Amino acid sequence: MNDIRSDPSRTDTGAAAGLDLSQFHQVFYEEAGENIDNMEQMLLHIDLAEASDEDLNAIFRCAHSVKGGAATFGFADVAELTHQMETLLDRLRRHELAPTPAMVDVLLQSGDALRAMLARHQSGQGGPVDTQALLQDIRSITQPGHEDGSRGSTPALPAGPGSAPAPASVPAPTIVAQASTESVPDGSRRLRLTLGPLQDPSRAQDVVDLFREIGGLGTITALPQAQDDDRLHRYELVTSSSDDELVDLFGFHVSREEIRLEPATPINVPTNAPIHAPTAALAPAAAPAAASAPQPAPAPPAVSLDAPDGSYGLFAGAPGAPQATPQATPHGPEAVTTAVAPHSSPGAEAGAAVPARTAAPARADRAPATPGSDATTLRVSVDKVDQLINLVGELVITQAMLAQTGKALDLAQHPQLASGLADLERNTRDLQEAVMSIRMIPMSVVFNRFPRMLRDLATRLGKKVELVQVGEATELDKGLVEKITDPLTHLVRNACDHGIEPPDERQARGKPEHGTLTLVASHQGGSIIIEVRDDGRGLNRGKLLSKARERGLSAPDSLSDSEVWGLIFEPGFSTAEAVTDVSGRGVGMDVVKRNITALGGTVEIESLQGHGMTVRVRLPLTLAIMDGMSVGVGAECYIMPLASVVESSQVRPQMIRTIGGASRLVEVRGEYMPVIELEEVFDVPRGDRERGTPIMVVVEAEGLRAALLVDEVLGQQQVVVKNLESNYRKVPDVSGATIMGDGRVALILDVVSLVRRSRH
Amino acid sequence: MHSILAVDDSTSMRQMVSFTLRNAGFSVVEAIDGLDAWEKTLMQDFNLVLTDQNMPRLDGIGLTRRLRETERYAAIPILILTTESSDQMKQAGRAAGATGWLVKPFDPVRLIEVIHKVIR
Repeated sequence: MNDIRSDPSRTDTGAAAGLDLSQFHQVFYEEAGENIDNMEQMLLHIDLAEASDEDLNAIFRCAHSVKGGAATFGFADVAELTHQMETLLDRLRRHELAPTPAMVDVLLQSGDALRAMLARHQSGQGGPVDTQALLQDIRSITQPGHEDGSRGSTPALPAGPGSAPAPASVPAPTIVAQASTESVPDGSRRLRLTLGPLQDPSRAQDVVDLFREIGGLGTITALPQAQDDDRLHRYELVTSSSDDELVDLFGFHVSREEIRLEPATPINVPTNAPIHAPTAALAPAAAPAAASAPQPAPAPPAVSLDAPDGSYGLFAGAPGAPQATPQATPHGPEAVTTAVAPHSSPGAEAGAAVPARTAAPARADRAPATPGSDATTLRVSVDKVDQLINLVGELVITQAMLAQTGKALDLAQHPQLASGLADLERNTRDLQEAVMSIRMIPMSVVFNRFPRMLRDLATRLGKKVELVQVGEATELDKGLVEKITDPLTHLVRNACDHGIEPPDERQARGKPEHGTLTLVASHQGGSIIIEVRDDGRGLNRGKLLSKARERGLSAPDSLSDSEVWGLIFEPGFSTAEAVTDVSGRGVGMDVVKRNITALGGTVEIESLQGHGMTVRVRLPLTLAIMDGMSVGVGAECYIMPLASVVESSQVRPQMIRTIGGASRLVEVRGEYMPVIELEEVFDVPRGDRERGTPIMVVVEAEGLRAALLVDEVLGQQQVVVKNLESNYRKVPDVSGATIMGDGRVALILDVVSLVRRSRH
Repeated sequence: MHSILAVDDSTSMRQMVSFTLRNAGFSVVEAIDGLDAWEKTLMQDFNLVLTDQNMPRLDGIGLTRRLRETERYAAIPILILTTESSDQMKQAGRAAGATGWLVKPFDPVRLIEVIHKVIR
């Protein structure tokens, strides 16, 4: 039961009390992870030249919070590292040190190490993380061996006010009379300082002010004036500074001959009386306390007797403290004894003249035990959300079926059914939107990984890169976010590696030394657009064409720019002259494209040689549910994504022209576009159905339009997208399937591939 | 039943402190930082406030100072439970009117003992 703090190898401080702390571990892991992430983000964004107090404090708090939890839950390694980080951060926030890139580096590395440690604790696997080098690095930054030097130089500080370490945020050492009841901090000494005889008494105050102004020196307490000579001023100091340092410091205001320092002795100064309360004195106090309150299950009263420091961390004479010390004597051991004397029963009020409050306990009974009052957020496993989404999907289908059935009835006869169906439809839609929004998470979740990555990358490549993020609050379905992360990482890496030039090359081209990489996310209709822009070299048309020919690809000079840029998506295509360990040889642009296409997205490239390049990724907002337009062809029903539908109208046969044999074009508002006969594409059996006037639906994909010929437009509805590939196999020109209200299966058209086909 | 306001910005720490206190028979209300705690003290009376020091928006010492300015909380025990162990901070806590300064990691048994010593 003795000082638990002093034993870092303990695994659980609560174990002694029979508490199972493991139930809090999961929360701690998550919380620590968030704190480390936050700290990393703030470190990456910190402006070293002008780091604000707010930022420094926030970063400090992250490390501090992790440390507190780690220490409590017995993760000694995590606590040790965070303690060192905290020490460094504490000096930073007190402006005792100026932030440097090296500090940011070591803190970032520490963050990585912490993650590794936490992962190890969480999984219970893997060897210990070696942090000795890291701890050493932090220590050498925090105490760069000039501990004495900095102290020695303090007397010079007041000379230049600008150079003084701003102690504003540091609470001045308090000169409270009761200070004597506090223990002397480790490594500190209690000294008696005599100044004088002084001609000018204000000098003494100057010394006191100076001592307090320099943060971290300790405490200074005025002692009663000497009776023999009123020009002598006496103080008691608690400090870890050496005599020489203090004399140097005070010498700024008074001459050295006027300074006398001597160890404070118990005889002269009563404050030096034993700091620790005699343990025996505690016993009477503990007993009534235990009797007066509901017995805390894990607290055997006897253990309190051997309390190591006896102080219980309570301030003598403080408000709310159990002891009555109305005229708390400036010094004197009696203050300590009164604090625990038997007459100060728990019922006795402190000296403060505030009447006891009796109403509180009665009201307190109503206090609900609210677990986690930060109930504004709730952690739920993704599985649960997915299950919810699946159920809503099924509900949408059921609702559509009921609506379909309702149409067959004369609803005028059943007004209640009609209004019920209408309510069901509205509520289903609202529910679906609400559920889908649970899965929507901001793009910043993806973007946030890039500052760190780019920083490391740029350092390795000897480049200077600035990252700009736009629209990181844009939300995207979680499933898509996970799947888009790798392709985006690739694009960012490529841009940094191949796009942005080394600083000297940039300067030679008259560009700023720092390259800029911009990440942009935005909504456009039913899609989200993510752009990765760099202001680097851009693509070289000639080089790409010759590379393509080298690889036996057909690459005539007549290819348009966008077609040439598209070549880099060809498997195994590379534009880098040298293989780097960063992105390798043209790594995976083909894979990037394949992944994005698989998500129902598209990639396009814009580039201007010497000025940079933009890769634009367009993705559907969600994979699970889609607004669709249903069309009928023969006996079949097809769905096309509403987002790609431009317009629809009746078409007369003479509007369609046949050009060069097979190609058929239709003119719509002055624009010619290819005609796609769905009946032919899917080989729909016509049977004996007479074809009426066909309807054309103009669709757009990748900036190109085409007219789809269908028999009829059935309507617009939300459809739950079912993956055809996983349920059946990949079918050309079809991106998925859905179940219609009447129970039929309808294919969802892959408009992109249809339009592309019609253009070739 | 005595009611305690437990203030900590760390969820795990707060849960653990609350668990310890509830186990010892107290009724506990949690607050996520000094400001949240301040608002809760306006709505309900507590017999003791147990607060972390380093928190966003309003720290433990700031909360203590504010509470001490009110009549209702002028003499209610306020304990600061923190990893902060510097003497300076302790003195600042004392000056703000804190009843005691307990250093994390805390020993649940001892925490309960201290609370029993001061709670009324």
